Amino acid sequence: MTATDEELGQPAPKALTGVGGWLDDRFRGAKGVRSFLRKVFPDHWSFLLGEIALYSFIILLLTGTFLALFFKPSMTDVIYHGSYTHLDGVRMSEAYASTLNISFDVRGGLLMRQIHHWAADLFMAAMLIHMLRIFFTGAYRKPRDVNWLIGVVLITLGMLEGLFGYSLPDDLLSGTGIRILEGVILSIPVVGTYLSFFLFGGQFPGTDIIPRLYIIHVLLIPGLFLALIAAHLFIMFHQKHTQMPGKGHTDSNVVGQPMYPYFMVKTGAFFFFVFGVLALLSTVAQVNPIWLYGPYNPVSISAGSQPDFYMGFLEGTLRSFPSWTWDLAGHTVAWNVLIPALIPLGLLFTGMALWPFIERWATGDYSEHNVLDRPRNAPTRTAIGVAAITFYSIELMEGANDLIADHLDIPLYTVTWIARFAWFLGPAIAYFATKRICLGLQRKDRELLEHGLETGIIRQMPSGEFIEVERPVSEQTRAVLLSKKEPQLLPIAGAKDENGVPAPGTRGMAGRLRVTANRVISESIPLTSGNGHGGNGHGGNGHGPAEHAAVGAPAHSPEVQEGEDSGPALDEPVPGADS
Amino acid sequence: MSDEKQDPGLPGDDGGELEAGKPHRVIGTPPPAAARTLLDPDPAAGSGGRTLLDPAARPGERAPARPETPEPDPDRARRAERKIAFFFLLSALASVGFIAAYIGMPVHTMGRVFHSNLALGSAMAVGFLSMAAGMVMWVRQLMPDVEEVEARKPVASAPEARQEFEQTFMEGAQASGFTKRPLLRRSLIVASVPLALAPIVLLRDMGPLPGTSLRHTVWRRGMRLLVYGSNRPIRPEDFSSPGGLITVVPDGYQDNDTELAKAAAIIIKLAPGQLQPPTNMSWTVQNIVCYSKICTHVGCPVALYEQTTHHILCPCHQSTFDATRGAQVTFGPAPRPLPQLPLMVDPEGYLAAAGDFNEPVGPSFWERG
Repeated sequence: MTATDEELGQPAPKALTGVGGWLDDRFRGAKGVRSFLRKVFPDHWSFLLGEIALYSFIILLLTGTFLALFFKPSMTDVIYHGSYTHLDGVRMSEAYASTLNISFDVRGGLLMRQIHHWAADLFMAAMLIHMLRIFFTGAYRKPRDVNWLIGVVLITLGMLEGLFGYSLPDDLLSGTGIRILEGVILSIPVVGTYLSFFLFGGQFPGTDIIPRLYIIHVLLIPGLFLALIAAHLFIMFHQKHTQMPGKGHTDSNVVGQPMYPYFMVKTGAFFFFVFGVLALLSTVAQVNPIWLYGPYNPVSISAGSQPDFYMGFLEGTLRSFPSWTWDLAGHTVAWNVLIPALIPLGLLFTGMALWPFIERWATGDYSEHNVLDRPRNAPTRTAIGVAAITFYSIELMEGANDLIADHLDIPLYTVTWIARFAWFLGPAIAYFATKRICLGLQRKDRELLEHGLETGIIRQMPSGEFIEVERPVSEQTRAVLLSKKEPQLLPIAGAKDENGVPAPGTRGMAGRLRVTANRVISESIPLTSGNGHGGNGHGGNGHGPAEHAAVGAPAHSPEVQEGEDSGPALDEPVPGADS
Repeated sequence: MSDEKQDPGLPGDDGGELEAGKPHRVIGTPPPAAARTLLDPDPAAGSGGRTLLDPAARPGERAPARPETPEPDPDRARRAERKIAFFFLLSALASVGFIAAYIGMPVHTMGRVFHSNLALGSAMAVGFLSMAAGMVMWVRQLMPDVEEVEARKPVASAPEARQEFEQTFMEGAQASGFTKRPLLRRSLIVASVPLALAPIVLLRDMGPLPGTSLRHTVWRRGMRLLVYGSNRPIRPEDFSSPGGLITVVPDGYQDNDTELAKAAAIIIKLAPGQLQPPTNMSWTVQNIVCYSKICTHVGCPVALYEQTTHHILCPCHQSTFDATRGAQVTFGPAPRPLPQLPLMVDPEGYLAAAGDFNEPVGPSFWERG
């Protein structure tokens, strides 16, 4: 509520001082809680992505607890005689029967099942997109690299948790997924067969797998989740949130709205919004209709079997990899399973985990960062990110190659062959295209900063020449544009200082590699042209050196933009022509 | 929301006024204390020493608030309050509706479940969404639009603090004797290794050792092939003409999922002359050939059969096998043909196995060889 000035002067109500005093007598919290209430949170739509993940998780806990009241994690055979008459008399596991029971005989059971499933999909999607936001804005940089690693672990756990969770109903679709999991475990050299026998309590499928997946799904992984999410949030809170570049936003402040009452009410509203949207989805959009799939048995299968989207990547790599195996001295190495199941995702996640450290090594930037990067201002990082997204998306689509072939009328094998080439070509093209686009956007930013916005108003000069009147950008835009940090160039490999000592970190093979990486990552269009770097930085587009000198002069912008300083303004149409 | 609104209220102009006049403070918002002005006086200094920002726009002087927040118009505020109250009451109504739907709408049939889900879900969605709407309006329309600047201290501790920590730590280490008593240290390490090993050993009984169980199935000489689903034996004459793919299971194991996961098989009748090497002809009966149903890639059941090309396709990862040529792989990630099951006709004229598969079925494993 708003507070008028009169209200401000009033003492807090008795109830508050009473309860507060009681608590403070025991825990001494007045000071700490006050600073907690005052804590400033920066505002940006992309900061809500992590909140979506958090709230999906809470919703998963709530709905999951409800489901656990009715679900029987047992693989005992039963003959079904329940409400779903289409499966009357069919042999099935108790797990599947109890899932039918939840869907058709427990009021609100179907709704809770659907919310749980949708929330799981949303949880994974929100975590992935949140991770991309963190990546592209450089929010993982020091001091937040540890929190980034926690995030990588959370996403990995999320995949496992989701896979185990949707396998619990023991339906035909998910059972096939478990069968594939068994095949993947069997392919692990030396210990694979043993791991599989220990996981399944013997041969596939046995009768142990559902109870085991159940306890992992409802206790082990959620426990880890709770601990890691708590750590993730505490670290974020302790280090204070990053902020987008803007007027008055610096690395040594936080600009935003205070926790109480603004952020509290807003984030509370957001929780209800996420829950409301999930409830709406679960009302109108059917998800995982296990009664249509039927109970699992190892003999049956349905065509067009796709896992949930977060496992689709692995499905795609498995589908597109060729059939390489080795038979060596009485042992089989199933490269055809081992490589696609472990390597691409392993590379992706290891790369994610190591990236903050690789970037720091290549840039030599060890400082603390609290203002976020605009993706264009880190072209190499952005290009690597887009290449990774491309790689992921190709595999995700290949995971549905049969549906693509069917719906687009392309031969199935052609789809797979395209995917096999796209594995390599897609990310490479994405990398180079993104990098060029980023550098182009940097050029556009410099243009804006130096020449302002084109107003479309043409003015005739006394000399008879025409110029376009340009308006300087707003303060806010200017601050955003100026947030670009020029990359720091490491000395050339093997370069020696005046004492003949080579620069540290640039010696030997590793040093050369580091300098090369530094050159790649430092590719950038300087904010102001004409500082010696500019001319060759943007590929000979007609800028003359004289013009650069004039444009770079510090106090000149306002006059130029008014069109009164005829000197440099005369050249204005020239740079405009190449944009 | 705050980003879009930053331009109109030029903070430089109003900031001074605000400081001078009565401040529009809000409960919970801090005074412009000294701590909040400990800011980088020139944020742009880092990028080349330019002084490009309007000095009046320095964050320190802008604190504590977006000044462009006049006392909300009482009429507008009252209207907003009514709107918000409407949404909160709508939410309450929806929640009551949820309870009513729970009590009033039975389930147990497809149609009723559909309606119950629709009613419960809509009530829940309206309940939550209108709650969210009301709260968002509350923040946006009734709370003054403040923006605060809070100083950030560097994360790292001051050098003195670190030094003190190191000192304390070393003192403790000295006192414990951990560094100067190697016997203590080493025996502690020795003690911790088996301690960590014990819980791993404890997992041993999670399953039996594989042994050779993956190398064999339950198929034996003379064991009948039952058509999966109907569980009836089948005679070669029952195939009137070459045709589709029939799933068969070993007699006596039709309900044993663990055995079926290896033993499930398919039979296909082909036209005379179509079967070619490397199909083992002596294992076929009247142009009927039997292959394992378990894909050699990761174990999905192969189930799709294209009669014109005689291709058997696994729907999981599209490994394709040629039924006429010993189920050799023609496309996809499967590394081996589907093993062929030797067939015979038993004395009563039914199709039966002439023995087990002569190689392990299903996906590769290390000991497969």
